[in-house]
Amino acid sequence: MNNLLNTIPVNDYILLSAILFTIGVLGVLFRRNAIIIFMCIELMLNAVNLLLVAFSTLHNQPDGQIFVFFIMAVAAAEVAVGLAILVMVYRNFTSVDINVFNKLKW
Amino acid sequence: MVVVSKKPVHSVLYLIFCFFTIAGHYLLLNAQFLAAVHIIVYAGAIMVLFLFTIMFLNMNAEVEPHKPILLKVSAVIAAGLLLAVFTGVLKGAEQIPVISGDGQIGMVKNLGLVLYTKYMMPFEVAAILFLSAMVGVVMLGKKDLR
Repeated sequence: MNNLLNTIPVNDYILLSAILFTIGVLGVLFRRNAIIIFMCIELMLNAVNLLLVAFSTLHNQPDGQIFVFFIMAVAAAEVAVGLAILVMVYRNFTSVDINVFNKLKW
Repeated sequence: MVVVSKKPVHSVLYLIFCFFTIAGHYLLLNAQFLAAVHIIVYAGAIMVLFLFTIMFLNMNAEVEPHKPILLKVSAVIAAGLLLAVFTGVLKGAEQIPVISGDGQIGMVKNLGLVLYTKYMMPFEVAAILFLSAMVGVVMLGKKDLR
């Protein structure tokens, strides 16, 4: 099987994952719905995963893909805990608007 | 699309589409096992969790109050600057030579060999992390803690 990075330069993948990461950051800054902020965090994690896989293929080493595997595991655990916290917060505040949560500092 | 769509459910659907395209990229990059795991974990598990929570909280037709326009503009500017910094910093990677293998690096056999020998310890730690996450979610999900 041919290596794709012989035909597509790795710079394109770097640019793609930078754009994905920036979209994630933009979403976190832009929206007030906490669930959408979680989704944007997932998007950022995926951008990093894509970059790791691209470099793993570039160097022909499996280590990067193992790290992607671990990042996926951590992301799954994080989403489960985060959504549980969100459901509990919704029970207390009946809202998922992050501007309501600034009472957390009390 | 994930960012700008009004309804959270549409946002989730766009995100699933995005995940499938990323899985396609993994396939193209000779990471076949990761592509399969990516679809199973993200599109199968995480997105179902998101959809379930959104429908559980009944946010379908909710009109969400938006941030003031000044904050939005500043968010766009900050993200654009971040993108500029990324492209500036990460330039120059084309000098790295491409090492062509036989394309078998992403198969289950090779990945499993590395995972269970070189990365045995992190693997166990990830298992403990999952256990603690499971306990934590059950604790949080209970109606009243004693």
